[in-house]
Amino acid sequence: MAGVGSACLLVGLLTAIYAGGASLYGARTGRREWATSGRRAIYCLAGLTVSAFAILEAAFLRSDFSFALVAEGSSTDTPSFYKVTAVWATQDGSLLLWSTLLALFSSAVLFLTRRSLRDIAPYATAVLAGVAAFFLLLMVAWENPFDTLAAPPAEGAGLNPLLRHPAMMIHPPMLYTGYVGFSVPFAFAVGALVTRQTGADWIRATRRFALVAWTFLGAGILLGALWSYTELGWGGYWAWDPVENASLMPWLVGTAFLHSIMVQEKRGMLKVWNASLICGTFVLALLGTFLVRSGILNSIHAFGASTIGVQFLVFIGLVVALSVALILARLPDLRSEARLDSLISREAFFLLNNLVLVGLCLVIMWGTFFPLISEAITGNEQSVGPPWFDRLTTPLALVLVALAGIGPVLAWRRVTWSSLRRVLVAPLAVAGAALVLLLAFTDAADSTSSLLMFCFVAFVLGVVGQELWRGTSARRVMTGEAWPRALARLTGRNRRRYGGYLVHAGIAVLLLGVAASSAFLDQRDVRLSPGQSFDVGGYHVTYREPKAQLGGDDAGTGAPVSLGAVLDVRKGGKHFTLRPWRNYYASRDPSLGAISRFFEGEANSEVDVRWGLRRDFWLAVRPDLGPLQRQIREADTKFASSSGDVQALVIAALAERYRNDPPPAAFRAIVSPMVAWIWIGGAIVVLGALVAGWPSPEARLRRVRSLYSARLGRELSRA
Amino acid sequence: MEYALALVVLAALVALAVAGPLRRRGEEERVEEARLAELRAAKEAKYREINDAELDHRMGKLSREDWRAVDRELRGEAIEILRELDRLEGRSPEGG
Repeated sequence: MAGVGSACLLVGLLTAIYAGGASLYGARTGRREWATSGRRAIYCLAGLTVSAFAILEAAFLRSDFSFALVAEGSSTDTPSFYKVTAVWATQDGSLLLWSTLLALFSSAVLFLTRRSLRDIAPYATAVLAGVAAFFLLLMVAWENPFDTLAAPPAEGAGLNPLLRHPAMMIHPPMLYTGYVGFSVPFAFAVGALVTRQTGADWIRATRRFALVAWTFLGAGILLGALWSYTELGWGGYWAWDPVENASLMPWLVGTAFLHSIMVQEKRGMLKVWNASLICGTFVLALLGTFLVRSGILNSIHAFGASTIGVQFLVFIGLVVALSVALILARLPDLRSEARLDSLISREAFFLLNNLVLVGLCLVIMWGTFFPLISEAITGNEQSVGPPWFDRLTTPLALVLVALAGIGPVLAWRRVTWSSLRRVLVAPLAVAGAALVLLLAFTDAADSTSSLLMFCFVAFVLGVVGQELWRGTSARRVMTGEAWPRALARLTGRNRRRYGGYLVHAGIAVLLLGVAASSAFLDQRDVRLSPGQSFDVGGYHVTYREPKAQLGGDDAGTGAPVSLGAVLDVRKGGKHFTLRPWRNYYASRDPSLGAISRFFEGEANSEVDVRWGLRRDFWLAVRPDLGPLQRQIREADTKFASSSGDVQALVIAALAERYRNDPPPAAFRAIVSPMVAWIWIGGAIVVLGALVAGWPSPEARLRRVRSLYSARLGRELSRA
Repeated sequence: MEYALALVVLAALVALAVAGPLRRRGEEERVEEARLAELRAAKEAKYREINDAELDHRMGKLSREDWRAVDRELRGEAIEILRELDRLEGRSPEGG
């Protein structure tokens, strides 16, 4: 079946090239049948890539080690759950995932626009086909996921233990869905620029794709943070790692795009901004894909160096050059259709929003690429760490949250000062009350930035609550409906608006969790023997006993050896038990002994967390294997040629020795307030995006008097 | 062998699929259909704007004078869209 998979890729590449050529020919000559043929080719591409992906997944699931990728990234003892995810843990597999998602997204948007945007769609098809052709060429020429081994091994190398986590199942596909999804509005933006049809039609056709991409990318980023928090053993969820940053940058610029297009839809303004923002978002999405695999920046995501870095850079350069040239050439067609009526208007604040989001992106970009820049200029690679990022991004994040509160209370075009005062009084009162309570009953004043963030969050939540209250009240006056029905109908008829408000609320809650957990956490690193205790964050922790087990690790990762600990935690009258583990995975390194390969291969922490709405108690253990080394070396010598069963007994004996006579183990304990609100806020954001993107019922219509006005009125009202 | 066979079969299937529209060259696609779809989308968007403006006024964000001005402008734009729709659909302004 590897041959079939490879054939799918080559035919896919040729199909993508045909799709681009046919669409361009149809667009230039006006011969619609060629544009239709090009669109059909994209549908065929979707079929080919899905088939290729299915073939590769099947190979992983049946552990077919004749596939080089399977031998490199999986093993017979990898749990099935992780065999599925192993496909996109590799570079080749992730390229195939990208191509498959791109083909599916392209097919969906071209199907939905098959009867509209007749001038723009062929150019958009050509762009999407061009991007698909690039990724397929990478696979066909350099990184073929269907390469086979002449002499398949009996066993594969296994999946990297760090990747054996449920979040790993969906974190990469979500990120890639986000990256790929932004190619759709990008392609249609290019089509709009080429055809000089720079109105809002292309935006209306692709807005939901941008929203889906943004939502998936955001969810993917959060899942990565959750994976970091629960898997990496350092206790944090965001380290300003280059690859983390690379996913955040397109999300920030994509956020600006989603807001800014509203201004173009309503007022015909910010056209240059929107064209630039979507081009920037797509370029950053490509950059994010490139950084995960290139190895040019030190990162926890350095799962393997890349052989396709140069090709990616060339492609990104081409996209940047094309985008800049097109925007500059079409500047006259991108002139605004209206003027800014007032600085106190939603349009003005969206413009400010653009500036802050892009500014935030540029700060992060500078910090991320600083090692490369410094090396290029000075010859020494220097880097900036989390404190630098925190210092520069925190003020911008505060401004962003403030804007998230002010924006919704403003109307389009202009707001009078009296109206503004009227709509801001209640939310400001909520923020003021929050400030008083925080100062009186907490130590929030210890961190000025966190205190400000808490107050801004209260302001945003106050605004959202007020919007729902006033909107429902207004609807009740018009319809006489009861509160619950009025609220449901209000949000149902204005999904974009209220879905957006829900997203704002979710972001505010998320940042509340970030501010509280980053400024007020308590951490201790200790070495303990059984029976010893320590205090952290008001909790008293006692190391009760060590644990050891062979196979059947609690997290289901397939670790052959696990060493852990049981600790009792008390605070006041509360008591709970935590059981952190450290999993050890056998190494395939032939230089290691038969027994030591089980203790000197990859290892990762399975932390234990006591989750809570007010605070998390996070605990990780790192057993000390030093005292066992002599016995391990002796076992290597004595049992080198023994059967697997005998070696398993020896390993069991060593694990039991650790349990009975444990050396002091290293523990890290962290008490983090309000971390749970980060995940809760993220869930609210996703819910809000779903509401905002859900198709609305046809607009209710209302009567007016004149001929067309009457018709307009008849269509505006519904009996 | 497997690779070559798959190559031929898949290429043939794709060729068959993409050649279909080229064989039906004689059928003219109605240009108006695409324009109608765009106008209908624009109409719905304009209706949403009209309702949004009214909601903003009822929630106190827009004064009565500002709302009336905005509403007048938006309804004028909506009427132009309806005119264009009627022209393409061959209908009278009453909607019949």
